[in-house]
Amino acid sequence: MPLPDQPHAPHLLGIEPLPLSRIEAILDRAAQFQRQPPPRTLAGKRLLLLFYEASTRTRTSFEVAARRLGAETVSVTPGSSSIEKGESLLDTVYTLRAMAIDGIVVRHSSSGAPHLVAAHVDVPVINAGDGMHEHPTQALLDAFTIRRHRGTIAGLRVAIIGDVLHSRVARSNLLLLSRLGAEVRLCGPRTLLPPEFAAYGDHVRLSWDLEDALNGADVVMVLRIQMERMKESFFPSEAEYVARYSVTPARMRAARPDAIVMHPGPMIRGVEISAEVADSPQSVIREQVENGVLIRMAVLHELLVCHEPHP
Amino acid sequence: MNLILKNGRLFDPQLSLDRVGDVVLQDDRVRGLGPDIAASGPGVIDCTGLIIAPGFIDLHVHLREPGFEYKETIETGTRAAAAGGFTAVCAMPNTQPVTDNAGATEHIARRARELGHARVYPIGAITEGSRGERLAAIGGMCQAGAVGFSDDGRPVMNAQILRRALEYASMYGVPVIEHAEDLNLSAGGSMHAGARSLQLGLRGISSASEAAMVARDILLAEESGAHIHIAHLSTAASARLVRAAKARGVRVTAEVTPHHLILCDEDVVDYDTNFKMNPPLRGAADREAVIAALADGTIDAIATDHAPHAGHEKQQEFDRAPFGIIGLETALPLVLRLVESGRVSLARIVDALSSSPARIFNLRGGRLEAGALADLTVFDPSREWIYDPARGLSKSRNSPFAGWRLRGAAVHTIVGGRVVWSATARPPES
Repeated sequence: MPLPDQPHAPHLLGIEPLPLSRIEAILDRAAQFQRQPPPRTLAGKRLLLLFYEASTRTRTSFEVAARRLGAETVSVTPGSSSIEKGESLLDTVYTLRAMAIDGIVVRHSSSGAPHLVAAHVDVPVINAGDGMHEHPTQALLDAFTIRRHRGTIAGLRVAIIGDVLHSRVARSNLLLLSRLGAEVRLCGPRTLLPPEFAAYGDHVRLSWDLEDALNGADVVMVLRIQMERMKESFFPSEAEYVARYSVTPARMRAARPDAIVMHPGPMIRGVEISAEVADSPQSVIREQVENGVLIRMAVLHELLVCHEPHP
Repeated sequence: MNLILKNGRLFDPQLSLDRVGDVVLQDDRVRGLGPDIAASGPGVIDCTGLIIAPGFIDLHVHLREPGFEYKETIETGTRAAAAGGFTAVCAMPNTQPVTDNAGATEHIARRARELGHARVYPIGAITEGSRGERLAAIGGMCQAGAVGFSDDGRPVMNAQILRRALEYASMYGVPVIEHAEDLNLSAGGSMHAGARSLQLGLRGISSASEAAMVARDILLAEESGAHIHIAHLSTAASARLVRAAKARGVRVTAEVTPHHLILCDEDVVDYDTNFKMNPPLRGAADREAVIAALADGTIDAIATDHAPHAGHEKQQEFDRAPFGIIGLETALPLVLRLVESGRVSLARIVDALSSSPARIFNLRGGRLEAGALADLTVFDPSREWIYDPARGLSKSRNSPFAGWRLRGAAVHTIVGGRVVWSATARPPES
């Protein structure tokens, strides 16, 4: 069995180990599926959706993507399974492995959980979000969306705003967009934006000031802010967060006039983003959801068809 | 029963002893050292090319018995210790139930004596059940053989309780050992807080969570005049604090683990839980600082924090897996790397493994001279071998050093004049 994270391993565990050639292949495949209806290349295959963390959007997106390619899906979610009864992740995986599945999509609140699964199965594993680590299909769909609007990502200024510390979306986008040549500006309160993020590379800028981050930005990516962070004293109150970091029409004037606005969802209008901005012509938030299905089809196709397991 | 160790390099840094010669053991004592004692036959061990040092003493070991015998037992742990060259280990009290009374302390000491591998010096809990609330029976445990007190793994967050423990333990001349960690600062963390933890999306344990407690403990030791021992010191800031405190005469001592001397947070890859321990592998600069602190004597002793866990416990999500790695059988070759790289002298390494721990915890042994206790470690500093935890004597295999090519190994471990382990006892390479 190939080791996880090796270039030829049939897994998608994160953006970090993904070679540029595979990134391009996935983005190109999604564009192809957009132009013409996809063939049922996964007919007869069975995909396991192992979701240890509640998710509507991502799980549905994978389900729709799999079915459009002709695959069958089996969902295991908290409350529906032995997860609740305290069975270990590996024991659950060993049990499900015996049920003739062709691939596993894992969402888990622990960083690295998909890596643990990948090290113990011989089918492709796709990370659908692990803890605070990565959410590679989200970053790929974001890159796909940006590319559709801008043609290219190289040279763009992308502001990622909010709870960067706890965000797997931010990490995967930071890795992917900077690799594709964008300047990535991370912005949030200091408590949610540790200076060590600068270690990600020369293309990364950190700012605690929203106007500074938005200045001349081509892409404005707003992250969800969870109110639990307030209870943990990362910031004093919702009002203070809104006052300093909410993306409003007035603040958007610092960005380029043709800047696009993105949000991975779920979105709380009036907190991290104002309703006017979320619903403005600049917003591509709904399109992100559509592109999510295309990207997930492309990923499934690349992993389950183009990388047929070796005999 | 007499034993003669022939033609070894007699090495006791504390006594400035470093010459080739023989050692005669009689019963449990060293009878004498000589330059060429004529002898042959049974009871003579050829030590040509080997170093004969005072027996190694590990101040920080989790033997897991009673309560967690599936991880380790006093028997497997003391056999692993002997195989690693340790003639004695201090057993941490976080057993089930917690070793917080005289009976439990006496039981551990007696069981180890019956087995007769490495000696075991029990460490008692500071507080009842290590809950940090009320002092445990420190006096009774001292009489039953406890040589120090610790709530290891559960730092005493209440400074007043720690002060009282320091004052009370000082009447018995024993140290209070602190697992220095501010639990508010470290809450939820599973590795060192830094660029690597951000990248892996793992909550961090900051250096300050250790150093803040070290600073507090030094102040309490200074005020009380009592002896505080800092367990598994891992950060540059802690080393600075201890160095400054020693310079003004505070009774503070410290130990460092081989893994904190050899690895750093950048070695945490692929969510391998064999790299998860507490304190965590620190930044590269911290590692450099603790090496320097070991070299200059700020850190007194090398201790393994041998912490066995079963395979199914470690094969979990990184943030759910328990902290800790085994270390008894790899300690010597790992720290000898620092000699090879010229960072720490052989004399300091041997002192930190033997004489120094004996001195700071007031234990028997730790000397190679006529009349001394015949606890000796005979080791080959250049023997090469590949570490396979599956072939080790510990019951557990949770080591980040699996597959490492190591240099240096204990050849004979002698406790009370009796050879309790020889390298020839190791099963042949498969």
